[in-house]
Amino acid sequence: MGFLDISNATKSYGSLEVLHKVDIQVEEGEFLVLVGPSGCGKSTLLNMIAGLEEITTGEIAIKGTAMNGVHPSKRNIAMVFQSYALYPNMTVGENITFGLEMHGVPKPEREKAKAQVAKLLQIEQLLDRKPGQLSGGQRQRVAMGRALVRDPDVFLFDEPLSNLDAKLRVDMRTEIKKLHQELGTTIVYVTHDQIEALTLSTRIAVMNGGYVQQLGTPKEIYDTPANLFVATFMGSPSMNLVPVRIVEQGGGLAAETFNAAGETVYLPFSAPSAELRSYAGQTITLGFRPEAFTDPGGADRDAGNIVELDSEVVVTEPAGSDTFVMTVLGGTECNARMRADVQVRPGDVTRFALNMDKAVVFDPKTEKRIP
Amino acid sequence: MTMQITDPAVRRTARARPDYRTQLQNWIPKLVLSPSLALILVFVYGFIFFTVYLSFTDSRLLPTFGWVGFENYEKLFRLRHWDIAVTNLVIFSGLYIVLCTAIGLMLAIFLDQKIRGESVLRPIFLYPMALSFIVTGTAWKWFLDPGIGLEHTMHLWGWESFSFDWIKNRDFAIYTVVLAAVWQSSGFVMAMFLAGLRGIDNEMLKAAQMDGASNWQLYRRIIIPQLRPAFLSAFVILSHLAIKSYDLVVALTGGGPGRATEVPATFMYSYTFTRNQMGIGASSAVIMLLTIVAIMVPYLYSELREKK
Amino acid sequence: MSVASSDTAVRTGRITRTFLYLVLLLFALFYLLPFGVMLVNSVKPLEEITGGNMLALPQTLTLQPWFEAWATAQIGVEPTGLHPYFWNSIKMVVPAVAISTILGALNGYVLTKWRFKYDTLIFGFMLFACFIPFQIVLIPMARMLGLSGLAGSTAGLVLVHVIFGLGFTTLYFKNYYQVFPTELIRAAQIDGAGFFRIFQRILLPSSGPIIVVSVIWQFTNIWNDFLFGASFADLDSQPMTVALNNLVQSSTGVKQYNVHFAGAILAALPTLIVYIVAGRYFVRGLMAGSVKG
Repeated sequence: MGFLDISNATKSYGSLEVLHKVDIQVEEGEFLVLVGPSGCGKSTLLNMIAGLEEITTGEIAIKGTAMNGVHPSKRNIAMVFQSYALYPNMTVGENITFGLEMHGVPKPEREKAKAQVAKLLQIEQLLDRKPGQLSGGQRQRVAMGRALVRDPDVFLFDEPLSNLDAKLRVDMRTEIKKLHQELGTTIVYVTHDQIEALTLSTRIAVMNGGYVQQLGTPKEIYDTPANLFVATFMGSPSMNLVPVRIVEQGGGLAAETFNAAGETVYLPFSAPSAELRSYAGQTITLGFRPEAFTDPGGADRDAGNIVELDSEVVVTEPAGSDTFVMTVLGGTECNARMRADVQVRPGDVTRFALNMDKAVVFDPKTEKRIP
Repeated sequence: MTMQITDPAVRRTARARPDYRTQLQNWIPKLVLSPSLALILVFVYGFIFFTVYLSFTDSRLLPTFGWVGFENYEKLFRLRHWDIAVTNLVIFSGLYIVLCTAIGLMLAIFLDQKIRGESVLRPIFLYPMALSFIVTGTAWKWFLDPGIGLEHTMHLWGWESFSFDWIKNRDFAIYTVVLAAVWQSSGFVMAMFLAGLRGIDNEMLKAAQMDGASNWQLYRRIIIPQLRPAFLSAFVILSHLAIKSYDLVVALTGGGPGRATEVPATFMYSYTFTRNQMGIGASSAVIMLLTIVAIMVPYLYSELREKK
Repeated sequence: MSVASSDTAVRTGRITRTFLYLVLLLFALFYLLPFGVMLVNSVKPLEEITGGNMLALPQTLTLQPWFEAWATAQIGVEPTGLHPYFWNSIKMVVPAVAISTILGALNGYVLTKWRFKYDTLIFGFMLFACFIPFQIVLIPMARMLGLSGLAGSTAGLVLVHVIFGLGFTTLYFKNYYQVFPTELIRAAQIDGAGFFRIFQRILLPSSGPIIVVSVIWQFTNIWNDFLFGASFADLDSQPMTVALNNLVQSSTGVKQYNVHFAGAILAALPTLIVYIVAGRYFVRGLMAGSVKG
């Protein structure tokens, strides 16, 4: 039993089920990120934890107490909203202490808590201003202050950074991470931004179509995605997916495909599982991330199974720190992440190095990863 | 699956206390809404039902409950008096709606041309809307009185042949009602169209001009079609005002000369309260309601459905 | 060509503009004339009106007609002037506006932030009630007021005006609260505020503009009402509009036009003042009942 237990929680509107049997246990101090495209059910799930939407079936419990039907204010949770939801008619200070006031906390204590939080978030000089006079970043801080002051069991964040510009978003991301490390609070955080999910979380639940597609640490999610959806949704640029045929080669297994010129290429697997062997002769999907596909000089020295191959360059995209080089394998475009000063031009045939240690394979019919 | 109960406190999560506050919070909104709903249900829909019922009875001075079927309606449609009232309403509402819309649209388009003094003109066009129909009627009644108003003034100014006695003329009196009503409402329609015009994206107009559209084409092809919602709203509001046009007729002409400006609203009032023909009065009210229903229900339906 | 500034796409030439101004001024004259002439003639002695030109400025300025209209003119049988009826109207308008606005605000709040099944249908029923021809409820309303002892009383008129204003006030507040961020309500719920506390602490402080709209709309409508006043009021509760009509339509004696005019302007004054002070909101109110958004 965890700190926050979501067991078999479903949500239906009439006969339409939008969230299907979600099961997640969150431990105390964990930072769980719910990530997925819009309409995947992540915000619905968050609202169900908050008590803003009813749980159709199943149970959500905090610290071992079932919360079904309990008023939001009685759950000892706090929430930071996408729009920040600061009360426009109250000052920053009043915004922060409103919740304490509603819970009957006496004024001297409210003031003390307000001062502490203001100091922690460095918003002391803003306390007498109205939300309308604040910048986006300042509002964000105030919204967090309002949540922090309550000292809740669980913090809920609903896409809190999506209204900020790119630079501020990165700064605030770091700040949220620092706060979590300092305070050790339990957080459930909703976002559609997979980078936010990977950087902030201790665990991620990737959601799509009302299902949790995969629940795991950022590393598990990134390195061994459970299915094609997770593979393509997480990571940017997204994972290359190439149709390959499994063939036996020298006692081991290899993926057979062809390069831009149509020449056959063999990509031997490092340690093929028994399960993969059963696919021999069949066509499956090979997935590898752009950083596992690079120029031979830039390849990971520690990798045990680097396959080199030649192919024609379609497009190059210098991105400052790296240069992304596009080629074609197995009839699909593949993105390679090469060193910044690599000298390749579209139309050249150049040498690529693929780290097969990092490659994953999917069954194209079930879309699930083959272990 | 084996049911193995080891320690229920650990294995099962505890149930929270029944949360009465949450239960109450679920009921408060409905409780708050209910007095209003009750008032409307009883005093509007209940009363409508009552009037509809009365229209099938032989009520005269007081409501009675002798069922006479459609007799009142048959009588009503044979009455020359009702005939006049309906004809007048058709003339009045037709002209009123068309003129208000035309004048309102024209003034709005003109005012939208970066007119200097717009802030002075706009309130002048609009202020009649703030007046009571009784005040409007009083003002126009006198202004149009041939013995003392406009005609008299023109004669004093030496234009002896000027004649404008419509308000005393059986054939034309209804048009003076139109005049006064248009005077009162056209500014409001102007305001509606002006708001619509101001809401149109200027960049799109610039794009249309780059495409080579003239001002006339711009309005006819691009702007006016986008005012569709304003047209619809104006039509609904004006037709609603037209069918209720009781006050203005009472103040301006009192239904006269003779019965020349009688409309269904005054007809209903006089049959019900002065002629003691309540059954017929009720049936005329039902006809008025049905007319409004035919206009309003589709409008409200589309408005509310879109808002969802 | 350069007359129009760059932020409007439609440009007009000089001749067109002259024509525009001409038409606009003509219409301004049309709108001003009847009421303006009435105003000018309300400060003339009677003989100047009957014997003279209505467009002429007064030769002798007199406030006598205004005084008479207010205090001594014959209304029905009593020579009281309009002033008792003015106060009747005030006594009717103030509670009716207050009650219908408060109920409308609560209804709008429920219908947008505490939605439940069939709420749109309920709102539709409330809204349609504003658009019915009032003749359809006249007979039962008169009966009900008579049976409940409210007939001829100000309380009865207040009740009637509240009922038939509810749809509009609910509409205004509903449209306004519709765009009020729901996240604020949710945040307040998590903070522990209940239904009324959220309304009072979060919504009401931001409702100033729409309260103004609702009050102006209701004030204008109820002050200007004639049908209900004429149908349900007696001498002690008759509103201003009904008294004015009695004054103007009275057939006894010489028609005192200047007194009629002064009376008409007195009857129009409250709404005109409201309109001059808060005209922008008045327009917004008119629009809110019609145009979407």
